[in-house]
Amino acid sequence: MTLTARRVAIFGATSDIAIAFARRCAEARQRLVLVGRDRAALDRLAADLSVRGAPQVEVQEADFARTAALAAVAENAWSALGGLDVALIAYGSLPDQARVSADAREGEAALALNFVSPALLCDALAARFEVGKAGTIAVITSVAGDRGRQSNYLYGAAKGGLQKFLEGLRHRLFKANVAVLDVRPGFVATKMTAHLPQGGPLWATPEKVAGDIEAAIAKRGVVLYTPWFWFGIMAIVRTLPRPLFHRSKL
Amino acid sequence: MEPVRRAYRSWGGVLRAEGDVVRPRDPQSAARLLLAPPAAPVIAYGCGRSYGDVALNPGGLLVETRHLDCFLAFDPETGLLTCEAGVRLADIFAVISRPQADGSGWMLPVVPGTRFVSVGGAIANDVHGKNDHACGSFGNHVERLELARSDGSRLICSRTENPGLFCATIGGLGLTGLILSATLRLRKVSGLALESEEIRFGDLDEFFALDAESAEAWEYTAAWVDCLAGGAQLGRGIYLRARHAPSIGAEPPSRETKIAVPFAPPISAVNALSLRAFNAAYLRKLGRSGRKTQIASYEKTFFPLDAIGQWNKLYGPRGFYQFQAVIPPQAARDGTADLLRAIADAGQGSMLVVLKRFGSVGSPGLMSFPMPGVTLALDFPNLGDDTLRLLRRLEDIVVTARGRIYPAKDFSMSAATYEKGYPALSAFRHFLDPAMSSAFSRRVGIHPAEAQT
Repeated sequence: MTLTARRVAIFGATSDIAIAFARRCAEARQRLVLVGRDRAALDRLAADLSVRGAPQVEVQEADFARTAALAAVAENAWSALGGLDVALIAYGSLPDQARVSADAREGEAALALNFVSPALLCDALAARFEVGKAGTIAVITSVAGDRGRQSNYLYGAAKGGLQKFLEGLRHRLFKANVAVLDVRPGFVATKMTAHLPQGGPLWATPEKVAGDIEAAIAKRGVVLYTPWFWFGIMAIVRTLPRPLFHRSKL
Repeated sequence: MEPVRRAYRSWGGVLRAEGDVVRPRDPQSAARLLLAPPAAPVIAYGCGRSYGDVALNPGGLLVETRHLDCFLAFDPETGLLTCEAGVRLADIFAVISRPQADGSGWMLPVVPGTRFVSVGGAIANDVHGKNDHACGSFGNHVERLELARSDGSRLICSRTENPGLFCATIGGLGLTGLILSATLRLRKVSGLALESEEIRFGDLDEFFALDAESAEAWEYTAAWVDCLAGGAQLGRGIYLRARHAPSIGAEPPSRETKIAVPFAPPISAVNALSLRAFNAAYLRKLGRSGRKTQIASYEKTFFPLDAIGQWNKLYGPRGFYQFQAVIPPQAARDGTADLLRAIADAGQGSMLVVLKRFGSVGSPGLMSFPMPGVTLALDFPNLGDDTLRLLRRLEDIVVTARGRIYPAKDFSMSAATYEKGYPALSAFRHFLDPAMSSAFSRRVGIHPAEAQT
């Protein structure tokens, strides 16, 4: 930590993982910019973070599906605190594969929100971080991006594409000393997964994932599987021979 | 935010319920759940730490408040904290009770034996702590609360605004509406750490003597009792008294327990054999002097139950009952002796037995459990009919002594016992929200007869 409190922007700030991460930042007395779609929810979170110890919390409304506006979104977040030390991109949706297969417009929207939008936002932020030669861009992708599977390959493709994008961005920003962290959570008990039977040994809390993200940022990690055991699970899923894989229900 | 139908149990694990469970994301959507009007009765569910059936609602709708977990405001000048109903006491400690350089800090004025309860639950059950004789119950420190009602209103309730509803909601078991948020008046202490003393005592008379001597100078008092001891040793145990240590700080306890019981053993780990061994060893823990003094964090003194997470699983798949009652002062000595004798005769009980005197501060709550007298609390492994018979015997003793039983820990009291113990019941009925009801409220006949179907 430097003398001035760390400046953190969170895009998609009212997602459950983002809330848990923001609370950790607030309790560590960091300054925050919350960017999201629902003004009332952002204001409620901002009050909470102030009580928890954040010396400054700025709130900005943005619709991440409107890709044309993303350059302005990045600019506003950057200038709210006079620069940033950490940007966390935490928005996304979990579409139902059967529905997006049946409705091209839903599929397009899901691809835009889970790939096009965060990729463009990253690039807009990267230009600013690059000039400052410091900082971290952390993006929540998913273990689903590790291999295309019949149960959610559109979501998996968007997240997998985002992983590749971050790999390239990391390459570019290496010289500028800017870290790019690819966060790959497994099952997390959030509102995005509320329709699934949450619980059991594979499910993690948003608080656990937020703690892992914080630790990975601190040690300038590259790819974070959270919780840790997903590294092993996905190593198996990725290397499963195709004849076996095709017989699975994954 | 669709309700999910599932089975759930309360902390004791004896009682089960099945019904719709919903977790609103914010106070607005929580309030909306009461509208329309709901097809089935509704009750709020916080952290699930009530032992019996006050937060069970078989066939109805359970509103889990865990996502109503935002702090709204804190004024470090006055100590007024406003937060949503699902905020846990553990979160308040972690966020607000951070020690200043001089050891001072803001403290929740009243805390129960676990910090893993929600603010809404603490109000609805008007929970008490070891300092009841000095500070009263949780409800004494609630400045105002916001209540959603099924008529669509969201009412601010305080001692001056909607005072009747305010008093009915404190200790009102969630039956007056849905508590959305509350403002608590925290207390500034000159040292967050506690100076404490443990003193062994040989019988019930020694307990009363120690308690009389301690009440003035020690704001936190309670005693552990060996529930197996009878005869001349009836009521023997260890007396604990504590007070804040000026200028000595203490870090907040962790937000989650570090170790937890991973699964329920096939039979209760608490049984006659383990109980005898534990009590014999525990009585000797103070050594030959029978006395121990220390200055330490409040964590171990306040939250002995939080050392091990999910400790309720130790009682095995059949679960356990808990019993807590208060006996008024004039009958305190004999009533407590009768209770302890009945328990020792039955040879049932557990390691966790607490004896404590309630003071006369008085709660604003219409239906609050605490009243002046002596309160006894303990667990019983579920041995089926034997345990129920003992609970009925204890209930009789309480009724005879004109005492009352704590709803948050009750599984079995009769409607008549409830009505005798809580004389404000008929006044309370005026404030009931017709949409709200629980397994407990239906069991003990809180709802007026014409409203029951």
